[in-house]
Amino acid sequence: MDERRLDGNAAAGVLAEIFTFEITTALAACARCGAAGEVGSQMAYMSEIGTVVRCAACDNALIRVVRQEDGPQRYWLDLKGLEYLRLEGRL
Amino acid sequence: MANVPRKLAWSIAEVVETSPDTPRTKSLFLEIPDWEGHRAGQHVDVRLTAEDGYQAQRSYSIASAPEEGRVELLVERLEDGEVSPYLTDELRPGDGLELRGPIGGWFAWEAREGGPLFLVAGGSGIAPLMAMIRHRRAAGNDTPVRLLFSSRSYEEIIFREELERVAAEDATLEIIHTLTRSTPPGWEGYDRRIDEEMLGEVAFSPGERPLSFVCGPTPLVETVATDLVGLGHDPARVKTERFGPTGG
Repeated sequence: MDERRLDGNAAAGVLAEIFTFEITTALAACARCGAAGEVGSQMAYMSEIGTVVRCAACDNALIRVVRQEDGPQRYWLDLKGLEYLRLEGRL
Repeated sequence: MANVPRKLAWSIAEVVETSPDTPRTKSLFLEIPDWEGHRAGQHVDVRLTAEDGYQAQRSYSIASAPEEGRVELLVERLEDGEVSPYLTDELRPGDGLELRGPIGGWFAWEAREGGPLFLVAGGSGIAPLMAMIRHRRAAGNDTPVRLLFSSRSYEEIIFREELERVAAEDATLEIIHTLTRSTPPGWEGYDRRIDEEMLGEVAFSPGERPLSFVCGPTPLVETVATDLVGLGHDPARVKTERFGPTGG
């Protein structure tokens, strides 16, 4: 068991800095293993460096967010671990 | 322009009241300007800024129902925490508190979603589940609810009196306690950590397709989630909120 592991829902705050829609209920499909689950049900690893949302089934990095803390406000967003993101409802 | 998506923004809430719940926890009651309202189960991010600019950020679940005017946060005081000792010991009514929210629509429940609802809490993990219990009551909803609540001792059962009161008035709300460290004389309830046997006795059967919400320390949450799935519950209907190590 890894104590640093949180639910994807815990990353809701930092993800909401970027996405203006509710992302924790969006369906995220893993590009590596194909498993699909709501972002809130995936695993989140959060640190001062950044946030990584990993596939709950295979641990593949689905979403990586790094916020540059100095200089102009700048985010680095890596979504290559996602096969797709399915959004529902009013965005 | 209409319907321009609003990004999550920090704002300053006013602390209107603080109230101890148990020896180690305190409720903060907040008025938040332009609060858009929340759904039971959601959380806020709280940010403290030191004079030298150093910032520390933590997430706290909202314990109040959406129907209440004030927002209640439950804070557990962690001895070596960076944030919680300030919130429990220093913060006074009239003080400002920087926060943003509501956040996290995945771990949320609205009365119209129905159930039955199986809630499992460890310690201060009761907060988002209390919001659901209060919301259900405020909405006049009769979805069957069972709460399995693990606390260290009788004195440390958070919201104990309110839970006793609402359960006594509501036949569709059942509350089952387990005490893991000490029990009062004559205690007839569970006195151990939550395990698969206990869940088998307490949870709705998988055939009733309950919606389960589990919140607490990471080991408790992972044990309960694994055991519920082992008992035959649909993993997609078991939602978890791990505290992890950052609750300080």
